[in-house]
Amino acid sequence: MEEQTKVAEKGEKSTFNFKKFISKLGPLVALIILIILVTALSPGFIQPSNLLNLLRQVSINAVIAFGMTFVILTGGIDLSVGSILALTGAVTASMLASGTSAIIALLVGFLMGGLLGFLNGVLIAYGKAAPFIATLATMTIFRGATYVFTNGNPITGAKMNNSFLFQFMGRGYLLGIPVPIFIMAIVYLILYVLLHKTTFGRKTYALGGNEQAAYIAGVKTKIVTMWIYTISGLMASLAGIILTSRLSSAQPDAGTSYEMDAIAAVVLGGTSLAGGKGRIFGTLIGALIIGTLNNGMNLLGISSFYQQIVKGIVILIAVLLDRRSSND
Amino acid sequence: MKIEMKNISKAFGTNKVLEGVNFTVQSGEVHALMGENGAGKSTLMNILTRLYGDDGGEIYVDGKQTHFSGPLDAEQHGISFIHQEMNNFLEMSVVDNMFLNKEIKNKFGIMNESKMREQARFYLNKLGTKIDVDKPIGTLSVGRQQMIEIAKSLMTNAKIIIMDEPTAALTENEIAQLFEVVRDLKKQGVGFIYISHRMEEIFEIADKVTVMRDGISINEYSTKDVNMKQLVKDMVGREIGDFYPDRNPHFGKVSLEVQHLSEKGVFNDVNFQVHEGEILAFSGLMGAGRTEIMRSIFGIDPHNEGKILIDGKEVHIHSPQEAIKNQIGFLTENRKDEGLILNDSLRDNIALPSINGFVKHGIIDDKSVNDFTNMLMKRLTVKAQSADVSAGSLSGGNQQKVVLAKWVGSGSRVLILDEPTRGVDVGAKREIYDLMNELTDRHVAIIMISSDLPEVLGMSDKTAVVYEGKITGIVDTKTATQESVMTLATGGSNDGRTN
Repeated sequence: MEEQTKVAEKGEKSTFNFKKFISKLGPLVALIILIILVTALSPGFIQPSNLLNLLRQVSINAVIAFGMTFVILTGGIDLSVGSILALTGAVTASMLASGTSAIIALLVGFLMGGLLGFLNGVLIAYGKAAPFIATLATMTIFRGATYVFTNGNPITGAKMNNSFLFQFMGRGYLLGIPVPIFIMAIVYLILYVLLHKTTFGRKTYALGGNEQAAYIAGVKTKIVTMWIYTISGLMASLAGIILTSRLSSAQPDAGTSYEMDAIAAVVLGGTSLAGGKGRIFGTLIGALIIGTLNNGMNLLGISSFYQQIVKGIVILIAVLLDRRSSND
Repeated sequence: MKIEMKNISKAFGTNKVLEGVNFTVQSGEVHALMGENGAGKSTLMNILTRLYGDDGGEIYVDGKQTHFSGPLDAEQHGISFIHQEMNNFLEMSVVDNMFLNKEIKNKFGIMNESKMREQARFYLNKLGTKIDVDKPIGTLSVGRQQMIEIAKSLMTNAKIIIMDEPTAALTENEIAQLFEVVRDLKKQGVGFIYISHRMEEIFEIADKVTVMRDGISINEYSTKDVNMKQLVKDMVGREIGDFYPDRNPHFGKVSLEVQHLSEKGVFNDVNFQVHEGEILAFSGLMGAGRTEIMRSIFGIDPHNEGKILIDGKEVHIHSPQEAIKNQIGFLTENRKDEGLILNDSLRDNIALPSINGFVKHGIIDDKSVNDFTNMLMKRLTVKAQSADVSAGSLSGGNQQKVVLAKWVGSGSRVLILDEPTRGVDVGAKREIYDLMNELTDRHVAIIMISSDLPEVLGMSDKTAVVYEGKITGIVDTKTATQESVMTLATGGSNDGRTN
């Protein structure tokens, strides 16, 4: 009898590795195939200047998606990131336009994102609101607040461009590499360590795997939940700062539907919407897949209408493949 | 109607759960099916009703070989299965539940609600119960829901009704009422397959009894020709004497004490103490409030009055973290929902309550976590390929050991074990009992909730009996008997006035 269970568990193990391979390396393989395909069709793609351009384009979505990874790992969702991006971008821009020092303006904008995310967290952890509904409501509220704050007009101003620091965030170069790429890399490293090397990350997985079991094992589930939405808010405002700097202005409709691109990157990266399973490396790959698709199709001169259809189909294929490998 | 199952075999993967089982039942008799958890009773019934396919064997209905195509086909042949988990839609009304997927409707697809109500009432009346059929089914007691299940079976014109542990959550009165209905229907020619491991019930209601063990049918008896001792021997395959390890407890000082603990409408004025090295069993019927008391002590649920003392000092516990800080551990009754994160590795599961202790400069020290989990898995004899496999891939007994490892690892000095051997096979049960002994030898105090009376009598030093949210008695287990505990558990007292 014991022998039998051992054998059964062994059998499980060998198929387990195959599944792990698909879920861990599947997205990376897909990205490599995509890059080869795009390069074959349009050799200009592989030029360093284009690749840097691509990475800069990806950085905003990637930063938001890194935060979203934590949220989705707990089985939640954050629809409000696009609106947080717009509101915090507008606040930062208006402070700069009125002559506030860049350090303060950037810090206020950044922390405000954390506060808005914290609010989501309170609604979800203490108000026991479903994450989808809570963030759908705050998405609408924050967007409305952005319109109220900006009167519906873009915020620009000569003073905004006086600040080197502010310009540096979105338009600067370091060693010939655009600064947003550095920001993306630093954020990735910090969140990677947080997710995979600290107890906070372990608790994030536990919460997503089985909230009740995590609670009984002593995890302060509410506090972890609040921090996770706070992180998501912080990532959204950071993306907002990069975007505002790059455009030298804050648009009231900035970031519209960015939440969808972020969710798509997380899902393409193999993180389960049910929570508990996934890795931040996958999200990076997911964001790169979306970026490569966009960039490649632009190079090929495919109309943006078709681009949307292709993007949607790629997401569908990824999800269906993922389901097949996890049903195996 | 007579159903014969011959030579039934079934394996899940490499795990053979049934091997050449024979079982016969006919109209007008109650045939009990007994056996430990995992003996194969439910699997056999699921094969009869074609929820599962079999790997071999024949089924004869009235002497003719038959092959049902699925559960619905079996139902149309007059076989009805009342599962232990009733799977009702709690928000929906009684009548909607009864007619789910069998709605009476006209040719335009519009339901005839008055006719459905009328029929629902008709069948419920037949059982002598009066139930408001418009009430949400979730507002009714489990006993009433059971009656509704039987009415549903009658509606499908059942000739043979299979009942899986029907009394597990019923009160004494409800059990009496259920038996009356069963006897009545028996007279009308209905046959019953009655799955249970409660001895007293078998002798009260069954005409025949078949004992299964490890996937084979051991023996079939007429109930009047057999005694309890023989049945137990058949079930566990040995005398009950060596089923539980010997206990040589050495009590230390009082470890946990509870005074006047109350939560309105849930439990009332609960008082008890448990010493270092002691196993205190909590016995009682399901729903008596045993689990609720423990959840409150562990800080999951609140209490509005009373004190909890650890080592004689009052502690205030409002959350599991605080309970863990006070060195309490809680193995919950439902390990899949509350005990384990099934997709996570054994390591992540075992280390979770202790994880804050493995941090160096904010980073988890993976090597220490590894050593820690490997040590615990060895000590608790968890059988698994490695600490990397997911908790969900293990057998019930091994899963339970992983939960135990979690709480031993977190340094628990008071361990609350809620149904520690539920869904665990016989061999692993013994290992869990041995572990409990080892832990009490190391001065851990154990509170064991168990609905299994032999387990209570075999493993505990003292037994607290809970009835309707109150402790009706704490007895020395050495002097207790199944009857004396059962009497307390059903609200009687031990001074002769039973029931």
